[in-house]
Amino acid sequence: MSAASRIPIGAGGKAVVVPVALVVLAELAIRLTGFRSDSVAPPSEVVVAAIQALTDGSIARATGETLASAFGGLALGGGVGFALGILLGSSAVLDRLLDFSIETIRPVPPIALMPIALMVFGFGARLEIAVVAFAAIWPILILTRAAIAGIDPQLIEVARALRLGFGARVLKIVVPAILPRVFVALRLAAGISIIVAVTVEITVNPVGLGYAIMIAGQSLRPALMLALLVWIGLVGWAVNFLLLAAERSLFGFAQPRARP
Amino acid sequence: MTRLAPVAWRLASLAVGILLVVLWQRIADARLIPAVFLPGPDQAWGSLVGGFASGTLLSLLLATVLRMIYGWLLASLLGIAIGAAIGMSPRARAYVGPTLELLRPLPAPAIIPLAIAFFGLSDAMVLGVIGFGALWPMLLATMHGFSAVEPRLYEVARTLGLSRLAVVFKIALPSSLPDILAGMRLGLTIALILAVVGEMLTGQDGLGTWILRAARGFRAPDLFAGVILLGLLGYASAEALAFAESRLLRWRPRTR
Repeated sequence: MSAASRIPIGAGGKAVVVPVALVVLAELAIRLTGFRSDSVAPPSEVVVAAIQALTDGSIARATGETLASAFGGLALGGGVGFALGILLGSSAVLDRLLDFSIETIRPVPPIALMPIALMVFGFGARLEIAVVAFAAIWPILILTRAAIAGIDPQLIEVARALRLGFGARVLKIVVPAILPRVFVALRLAAGISIIVAVTVEITVNPVGLGYAIMIAGQSLRPALMLALLVWIGLVGWAVNFLLLAAERSLFGFAQPRARP
Repeated sequence: MTRLAPVAWRLASLAVGILLVVLWQRIADARLIPAVFLPGPDQAWGSLVGGFASGTLLSLLLATVLRMIYGWLLASLLGIAIGAAIGMSPRARAYVGPTLELLRPLPAPAIIPLAIAFFGLSDAMVLGVIGFGALWPMLLATMHGFSAVEPRLYEVARTLGLSRLAVVFKIALPSSLPDILAGMRLGLTIALILAVVGEMLTGQDGLGTWILRAARGFRAPDLFAGVILLGLLGYASAEALAFAESRLLRWRPRTR
């Protein structure tokens, strides 16, 4: 493998060796043995299928559907989670009173709510948005609440000294102070939202990338199926990467020890 | 006010929970939401009791629990073994680590079509998907745990002339146990979700299949009973592991 040896031996070079070797090995193994199957395809055919699906617009459309539902649910659930998080973070009494209810509802797997959403909304974007929203509430709620608990007490004292009301205190002191940490929660929730959206599509909802990959599998087109698998991975990775970049450029000053 | 005894707070928060259930009952009774979509808690409870009395719900619950636990054990074994193998060698970490980090965010259900192509719509498929999907938290936790072992402990091992296997079991595993247990807790949550998804897709007996069929037949009380049961299962499994974790890690000084 000349490609690997040309790269100076650094972390990047070592990182590339294994995936490249695996892909080459898979290609060789399938080509040399002449193995034909309905479940696997050589990497070269996967690339061809990917290019085809990318140029005919089917991947773009499916990706749009999946991301629209994922972000729609994220906005809805994230909004609810953020509001509840601010409320519970600001009031110790409310926090303790709702503790039992929240800790009972939270462990319900979002996917268990899918049949309810299916019954109420039928197939389509609303079903998916509802399930994603439920899943997105919790990380945002919990991290918002934790972020408020971590606010510098002096800031709260300033708010008190200025005699700010609840609304003004939240808007002028609390929200700006917790925004960096809430953005981390948002990135986490975005990853969860995409996973949940794809899961709902694979299980019941006939739209988007999840449905596309199910159909590719069922119609025995392994090359397209594997291409979609890689694409789904790339989409999740790209969203995380973009949000991480936004996080660094927006809040890089505030969070020197922001954890990945 | 905040100096009230914790027990009183627990009771108050329990009372709020009961109040919410009463509110749910009122909303259902007042038909604010069509009864087809929102049965009252009394109906859901009735369906739950009836299902357990006839034994069907218990066997479905057991099927789901077993599926979740088998898949989770498989994932834990694989994850810890692979994580340990990679974690022991800095070279393996440098080469394989980035690939694993790249694979981790892949939605586990996305490999279901691939698993179906290999295993068909079978129990083995569901187990394989859980094994793969729930593997990552354990694998990465073990890998990081092994690489974060206090280097002086390795020096001690060398001085004592311990074998590689002894180093793993006597030093590396115990010292990365907190990471591994945290990973296992996350893995169990994923295992439950994947077990339910797998049931829904394959139609095997279990709570997942049951609630999906209840939804398709507009049997809302059955559906809510199943969802409540799945919620309880999620709650109970998380609590059980948190308890095990606190027991196993008693020797550690509290960090939080």
